[in-house]
Amino acid sequence: MDDRTDPRRNHPLVMENRTAMSFQVRREVFVSREVLEREQHALFDRCWMYVGHASELKAPGDFRTRWAAGRPIIFCRDRAGEIRCLINSCRHRGAIVCREREGNARNFYCMYHGWTYNADGGLRNVPGEEAYPPSFDKTKMGLVAVPRLESYRDFWFLNFDRDAPDLVTYLAGAKDYIDLVVDQSPSGRMEIIAGVQEYDIKANWKLLVENSVDDYHLVATHATWLNYMRNSGVNIAPPKGSGLLLATKGSGKDLGNGHLTTDNPNYRGRPVARWISVYGEEAKADIDAIRAELVARLGEARAARVADTNRNLVVFPNLVINDGSSVTVRNFFPVAPDRMHVTAWALGPVEETEAQRARRLHAFLTFYGPGGFATPDDVAALENVQQGFAAWRDVEWNDLSRGMARNDEQLDTDEGHLRVFWRRWNELMEEAA
Amino acid sequence: MNTPFTDAVSRAEVEDLFYHEAELLDGWKLDLWLELLTDDATYYVPPNDKPDADHRYTLFTIADDMVRLRERIIRLKDPNCHAEYPPSRTRRFITNVRVTAVEGDTISASANFSIHRFRRGGTHQEFVGQYRYQLERQHGMLKIAERRAILDAEELGMLGSVSFIL
Repeated sequence: MDDRTDPRRNHPLVMENRTAMSFQVRREVFVSREVLEREQHALFDRCWMYVGHASELKAPGDFRTRWAAGRPIIFCRDRAGEIRCLINSCRHRGAIVCREREGNARNFYCMYHGWTYNADGGLRNVPGEEAYPPSFDKTKMGLVAVPRLESYRDFWFLNFDRDAPDLVTYLAGAKDYIDLVVDQSPSGRMEIIAGVQEYDIKANWKLLVENSVDDYHLVATHATWLNYMRNSGVNIAPPKGSGLLLATKGSGKDLGNGHLTTDNPNYRGRPVARWISVYGEEAKADIDAIRAELVARLGEARAARVADTNRNLVVFPNLVINDGSSVTVRNFFPVAPDRMHVTAWALGPVEETEAQRARRLHAFLTFYGPGGFATPDDVAALENVQQGFAAWRDVEWNDLSRGMARNDEQLDTDEGHLRVFWRRWNELMEEAA
Repeated sequence: MNTPFTDAVSRAEVEDLFYHEAELLDGWKLDLWLELLTDDATYYVPPNDKPDADHRYTLFTIADDMVRLRERIIRLKDPNCHAEYPPSRTRRFITNVRVTAVEGDTISASANFSIHRFRRGGTHQEFVGQYRYQLERQHGMLKIAERRAILDAEELGMLGSVSFIL
């Protein structure tokens, strides 16, 4: 195709020039409905999308209703104990068949005409069935299962592309970072803690991808959180003469397939297992014991990897697992170019004692969530950015070149890992154009 | 249930406390507001999906002990508290005030609230729910030992963050 007639070449959404060391993203991608529609086909209909954690479905018949990839979903465990993912829409005329947030059900009953489905989705009962013609085959009228459903270490993902590579292949290097989270549990079993945080941000969903791993913003956006840490006796000062913005030297990493992470030596405490003054003196011995269990099970080096580093992981395109001052699993989805729904949970080892669990939740709330000391300022920043994008025709480009001149590894406060996301995003969007 | 008849407290006294508190919070007189609390007071906003849960086992929106609550006030007064800078304008309506129990020195009281929050650019949010308080009498004054703001919304949704004191 001639350069002049190929709209992708004439109107690139992401522009990278490695020689000139520039990397720009067109602001149009945050405001355009056409781009959002293309993202649906290019990303959400093709990528593995997080749907839930096995611990949310403890007993046969347990279900959770939620949205994934823009569809209403029943995430459930059938009577035989198998985890399933059904599209929550009656085969008859489309109504949502399961309207509760969560529960345990023997069957799903459609309130419109009374069709009843088994917990595995099979159609059990149709009122007045005799009125249907002979071609009506009840065995083929069960709730539609999502085309692909696979899990890695209890994290369940669905895919609407039947031809997608398997989940483990897709996850690539992100697997190792999920392992680091799960290794906190002596039995390798983590659980979603009750209490979900669901909030909207009046901003494009990709801004939360960037924000979740962008450590450059910490000093300005989270000045009051850093102040709180300082007031609590935590050393947050960057080492003198280091040129660093934060207390430790972290890095930003490319994990393949668009996945990325920060990987930072911890300074802000970890329930597993790095004590800081905020936890109180009485917690010291307990944290030491958690640490000793890690070392006995994993060895010194791996224990240090698990306990002494913070990692904010993006599983492309829209799952974030922040393993920082607590663990949060955060999923988000666009409902408009300038608005997203965010769902966030806390994750912890199933073995935790009451005191350990309380400490984890306390640590979570200090930073994360809509009532935390940090997340509300992130939300404010993203909404502020979105407002600035009203001038997208006049100020066309975002600059993401930070760190490009660095020859060694990219710092967490550089933008190398953000560029990983954008390259993959652009690749998939161009394929779908 | 009728309000228990008691010499310990009258509903009017509890109402006076709630209305005074509302005025201080709407006026961003946050240090004066702290003086209404006991030295070991707690402040909870339960998660929308588990309004009756215990913060030790459940992820709350806010679960502050007094140490963190004092830090929250330091944060709210700081221009770097971006979510509340400039401070949002709020107006709270408090109704259905009840004294629900009196046990020893502790008085339980509840009220309904509707808190309107305005920000520049046309933002108007309404936080609706119920307060549940534990009050204690100290040197003749009613003090707040625990305050729980339970939101009625099924999810925060367009309420976004809970960045001010509910």
